[in-house]
Amino acid sequence: MPAPELHRTTLPNGLRVLVVPDPVTPVVGVAVHVDVGFRSEPEGRTGFAHLFEHLMFQGSESLEKLAHFRHVQGSGGVFNGSTHQDYTDYFQVLPAAALERALFLEADRLRAPKLTQENLRNQVDVVKEEIRLNVLNRPYGGFPWILLPPVLYDTFPNAHNGYGDFSELEQASLDDAAAFFDTYYSPANAQVTVAGYLDVEETLRLVERHFGDIPARPAPRRPSFGEPLSTGERRQSVMDAHAPLPAIALGYRMPDPGADLDGYLGHALLGSVLGDGEAARLQRRLVHTDGLVTDISASAGLMGPLDARDPDTFTITAVHPAAVDPDRVLAAVDEELDKLAAEGPSEDELSRQVARWSAGLHQENDRVMYRMLGLGARELLYGRAEISAELPDRLAAVTPEQVRAAAAALRSGGRGVLLVEPKESE
Amino acid sequence: MSTTSHRSAEEIGRTELGPRPLPPLGPTRAVPLPDVEERILPNGLRVLAAHRPGVPMVEVRLRVPFAGDAPEHPAVAELLSSTLLTGTVARDRIGIDDELAAVGADLGVNVDPERLQIGGSGLADGLPDLLAVLADVLTSATHPDGEVARERDRLVERISVARAQPRTIAREALQRKRFGDHPITREMPTGEEVAAVTVEQVRALHTAALVPGGSILVVVGDIDPAAAIAQVEKAVSGWTADAPARELSPPPPITPSDLQLVHRAGSVQSQLRLSAPALRRHDPRYAALQLANLVFGGYFSSRWMENVREDKGYTYGAHSGIEFVPGGAVLGVETDVASDVTAAALLETRYELGRLTAVPPTAAEVDAARAYAVGSLLISLDNQGGLASTLAALAADGLGIDWLRAHPGRLESVTVEQVAEAALEFFAPTAFTGVVVGDADVIGARVRALGGITGP
Repeated sequence: MPAPELHRTTLPNGLRVLVVPDPVTPVVGVAVHVDVGFRSEPEGRTGFAHLFEHLMFQGSESLEKLAHFRHVQGSGGVFNGSTHQDYTDYFQVLPAAALERALFLEADRLRAPKLTQENLRNQVDVVKEEIRLNVLNRPYGGFPWILLPPVLYDTFPNAHNGYGDFSELEQASLDDAAAFFDTYYSPANAQVTVAGYLDVEETLRLVERHFGDIPARPAPRRPSFGEPLSTGERRQSVMDAHAPLPAIALGYRMPDPGADLDGYLGHALLGSVLGDGEAARLQRRLVHTDGLVTDISASAGLMGPLDARDPDTFTITAVHPAAVDPDRVLAAVDEELDKLAAEGPSEDELSRQVARWSAGLHQENDRVMYRMLGLGARELLYGRAEISAELPDRLAAVTPEQVRAAAAALRSGGRGVLLVEPKESE
Repeated sequence: MSTTSHRSAEEIGRTELGPRPLPPLGPTRAVPLPDVEERILPNGLRVLAAHRPGVPMVEVRLRVPFAGDAPEHPAVAELLSSTLLTGTVARDRIGIDDELAAVGADLGVNVDPERLQIGGSGLADGLPDLLAVLADVLTSATHPDGEVARERDRLVERISVARAQPRTIAREALQRKRFGDHPITREMPTGEEVAAVTVEQVRALHTAALVPGGSILVVVGDIDPAAAIAQVEKAVSGWTADAPARELSPPPPITPSDLQLVHRAGSVQSQLRLSAPALRRHDPRYAALQLANLVFGGYFSSRWMENVREDKGYTYGAHSGIEFVPGGAVLGVETDVASDVTAAALLETRYELGRLTAVPPTAAEVDAARAYAVGSLLISLDNQGGLASTLAALAADGLGIDWLRAHPGRLESVTVEQVAEAALEFFAPTAFTGVVVGDADVIGARVRALGGITGP
């Protein structure tokens, strides 16, 4: 498959622009990636980055409350937004006829969102329902993305709950929102990605027309979230009143994808060799041979591969019967890691996992929405949207030795172990 | 929380220029849908293939009607689907997975009261390999003793996890409430039922029910359709049976009734699940009903969502939609809300149902819903997987790509009056039944006070 054409420019106000044409599709997507995620929210305001994402849908200077949704959907489009460790994205995908309208809608809220007390209180309620739905009222809520980081990390940005504490959400004020917007939603701290059926020159002109007069503001200083590598094992147990079976999550640090992408990809493929498919090492050993766990998985990146800057987390998660001691699960995982750290995977084993990755990347690229979000996130996080197109080749170039080294790194570094325990009475 | 100076919220929300006008839409681009080649093979399997390039992949969907009346059928069917890819005469579980992975392929099996489906994808030039594995499991899966024993244990554990999910509890209660004891309600067996299944039962069901007659195989991707159909024919020539696959009988029509209150101790949210009769895609009024549903609760910019989420903050999401069942269709109205606002959310839900009939959708509401219905269809079909799944669902309902091609036109021609008529007939509060699942000790008094609800 040919690499997508990438056209870049930066507007005088500092806004970065990435335009990616696709002559085949009848749809177009517009995404705004803002360089702030939940790692940047202040202490005492957990969940604020996500709450603020909700507020950005609540109206802007030219758009009454509800108008954004109505205009996107009434133009035949779909929309969403999401908050990650290091970025927040806002996006819409529509029939190509609606391109200028989509740019207008995104520009209006990046220029002048309508932040009101009423909308703030309403969205605090909505976010609390979101948290009840996804965390509090179900088994394994927040497992492992909320529960594991505090076991592995020490500093507030890396360890805290990105969904937020109810009492802190309730304390969020309108002035907090104004400060957050002025600090982080500067055009110099954001990027617009347009992908799909479009004319490049016309699109660049329309982006300039709608985003060009957003006044320049300084980009915030971007702190490092690095913290010293932990050593040894740290354990924590949490009770889950809804869970019928115990669960376990292991967290390890990974190489910095910005500085050592190939080392990072070695870890990504280690995750596949361990967990993807019936023939994967942990599936064979823990699920089928020893019968220790019901399900097990391994993956690079707390919220997916190449979705955050350093530090990010390699995770192994499993649900297991109550009769199985979690230490037996850990011991079996360690043995499998030791085997890989000693001998690495076979060439065939690795090439099969690379073939599955390539197929998965093709599927991602088949949808304008995912292609756009992947390009946008990699451009924002690492300054290189090209990574998306290069991934199949770079993965194919990863050697068994690199995967062996990744396994050895997991065994020699520290780790966090989270144990989820069902409540006795349930 | 800020330490630096910043503008106030009010200052942020306005510019010197003031509000700006919404740009108009540009010219519309036609929906490019590929032709679908179709053939019924000598063994009775119906094959549909379409060329959809873009990425060098192929998507496969095999749908086998899989109804059964025996009390143990759902448990046996689940275990069959869990062990289908665990061994054949020629390949073991690892061999199956390795051969698929070598061509970037994956296969997954799932079963419900209506059908067993095998879905997957792989690199397009690996289609013959993918089909070879698929045909092998269909014709000579052995459901090995050890794999059945292990998968049975896992299935019991997974069912215990699934049954702890509020959405599973609510779905089961709703199915029983609206369809009684019809087999369509048996979506998930109990752990005890699964534990009692024998390997002989699994093998017997495979032989009797996993058959080509009446089944549909859809192949979409960067392929030549005629060549793909020939590859399918070659691969599955040994898959034969005397009798066709068994279709699920239509469930009984929904009878309006009181909502059933279902107690779930310790719940911090409640599940509202309301349901009423709806129309099949074949019905000339289907497009009008589709638009009425969008206006009510079928998308974000709907009356119900704007009320209970954006105005009241009772919920993260509220959704209504049309669900197809054998021989018909039903309307589902679903939201999860905090315990303390359950009665209030139910009141608003009934209010919006009544309002859709008494204050019918306006021309502006219908136009917005229409644009969304046409545009979101375009977006959903703009990838191989979406097209494959849609073709499989339509084919099972006796419809083809022509229905899909003509659907935007049908949506365009629906009048506001037709939408109002559909709203009146299908959204009247008196047409509904349903369940409310939550902690009855917390929500009971207030929801009972509203009337039209029975239970603990």
